Amino acid sequence: MRPAEAGAPVFSWNLVADFQDMWSYLYMVNAFRAGLIVALVCGVVGWFVVLRRQTFAAHTLSVVAFPGASMAVLLGASTTLGYLGFCVAAALVIAALPRRDREGGAEESALTGTVQAFALACGYLFMSLYKGLLEGPTAILFGDFLGITTGQVAILGAVGAGVLVILAVIGRRLLFASVDPDVAAGRGVRVPALGRLFLVLLGVATAEASQITGTLLVFALMVIPAATAQQLTARPSLGLVLSVALGFVSCWAGLTAAYYEPYPLGFFVTGIAFAGLVLAHVVRISRDAIGRARTLQAVRGAA
Amino acid sequence: MKCPARNQCSRCAAQLFAWPDGPLWSGLDLTVGPGEFTAVLGPNGAGKSTLIKVLLGMQPTAEGEVTVLGAAPGQRNTAIGYLPQRRSFDAGVRIRGTDIVRLGLDGDRWGIPLPGLGRSRAREARDRVEAVIKLVGAEAYAHRPIGQCSGGEQQRLLIAQALVRGPRLLLLDEPLDSLDLPNQSAVASLLGRICAEEGVSVVIVAHDVNPILHHLDRVVYIAEGGAAAGTPAEVITSETLTRLYRTRVEVLRTGDGRLVVVGQPEAPAAHTDRHSAGVRDAAG
Repeated sequence: MRPAEAGAPVFSWNLVADFQDMWSYLYMVNAFRAGLIVALVCGVVGWFVVLRRQTFAAHTLSVVAFPGASMAVLLGASTTLGYLGFCVAAALVIAALPRRDREGGAEESALTGTVQAFALACGYLFMSLYKGLLEGPTAILFGDFLGITTGQVAILGAVGAGVLVILAVIGRRLLFASVDPDVAAGRGVRVPALGRLFLVLLGVATAEASQITGTLLVFALMVIPAATAQQLTARPSLGLVLSVALGFVSCWAGLTAAYYEPYPLGFFVTGIAFAGLVLAHVVRISRDAIGRARTLQAVRGAA
Repeated sequence: MKCPARNQCSRCAAQLFAWPDGPLWSGLDLTVGPGEFTAVLGPNGAGKSTLIKVLLGMQPTAEGEVTVLGAAPGQRNTAIGYLPQRRSFDAGVRIRGTDIVRLGLDGDRWGIPLPGLGRSRAREARDRVEAVIKLVGAEAYAHRPIGQCSGGEQQRLLIAQALVRGPRLLLLDEPLDSLDLPNQSAVASLLGRICAEEGVSVVIVAHDVNPILHHLDRVVYIAEGGAAAGTPAEVITSETLTRLYRTRVEVLRTGDGRLVVVGQPEAPAAHTDRHSAGVRDAAG
């Protein structure tokens, strides 16, 4: 995946030297910067997505990102703007749809599925209309770190900071509305309005993640780190920190691996995050088993 | 009833319109004093939960006068603890019981708690949460993810959440529903203790009066659009229920003091189809 003139750098296990090597290229510096921003934003937004069980909405938004980016390519605009424009617009549409009740019903998911298929088809059309493309749609679908410009990093940073500031303001109310909507409503929290606002934030975060992992692998940074964090802890504050940290590690490790190995970035980021999730499940299951054994022992001891 | 301090009492004397064919209920006159334990009884669809919504100011009444803690409904909601109709957290919810209780304390505040800032207030909040968890006897499982707690444990934590702000009025909508019998009586005596020791007025919507019967100070029975309020001995009688249901109803007392309502009529289909009849526990 790296440019041919870079030769064949070899990972030396001397991390300082390796990072110096990678960071001697501006495109790698930009990729790492973008990765840091995306891990931070998606770690926090994703934690709420997992808590609120909105992965289906996240998936829909990420699919909509594909025609957005391919249309941007077709029009000669920045893919970042394409991702952002389409994801936020789609989030606004989903937010404006009347919700019958929380379960949604089969009709709604059928509608969403239809929209997803159409969005993918449109993206493919835009791709084929754009004749000058060398690699085809894979970069948009599965992610690539080449060619993230300093300007794009600035946009990612500014928009991401906006998302984090809004989340910092509404965070506690959003948590209340997410886990306990009835009581929150009784306390004067405007639960539906918060839900709509969160969808827009989710749209922005999805657009940001698409930049690194491609639209089809957004979950690698949006859902997997947060799900891993929630396996490891039930504390909200610690969970948020872990979610960000895990996303950051899988993103930077993935970038490093993709620099030194000739395989795609999307696979590395997703693979590392997935390995973390499996590990977290093993840790939790064994911890639960040990806890149960201890309780049993205590009960037996008392008897 | 004579009330010692006006702003401690809640009175609901109102008529409530719900459907075009007339009042959902009328003729209800209920006064709840401080530290009193009141049950709202009646068949499904009679408007028991709606009465709670009226007290919270979430549902306007057609006619009549409602005062909650000495003010119009909805004005004193910060002094009210509300536990909505049975909600349970499924096993996948990875949030601790303490977090749920803490959200009851300050979950409606903007911003996020920042480490280092306002340390004394953070400690105060933590102490308050701990104290209320101790009050309901949930220390053993409050730090577990709430999805992994049993129904009774979850219900205790939710009562702690409703209590955490030190409310003067506690409104509970079917808190005993879907609990097994030992848990029903345990939660009932917990509520009775809160009433007596903390001086909190409790209004509880219940399906079955028996688990709470000997804690009760007064009862409202809503049925067939009418309502009767008074002490349990006054209300849960063959005469009162016969008058309410407008058909012969008998209240029997079993050897262990439980009440059984016999001959409760089949509700007209227009009212509700969830209604079943025959021999049921009182207020069933």
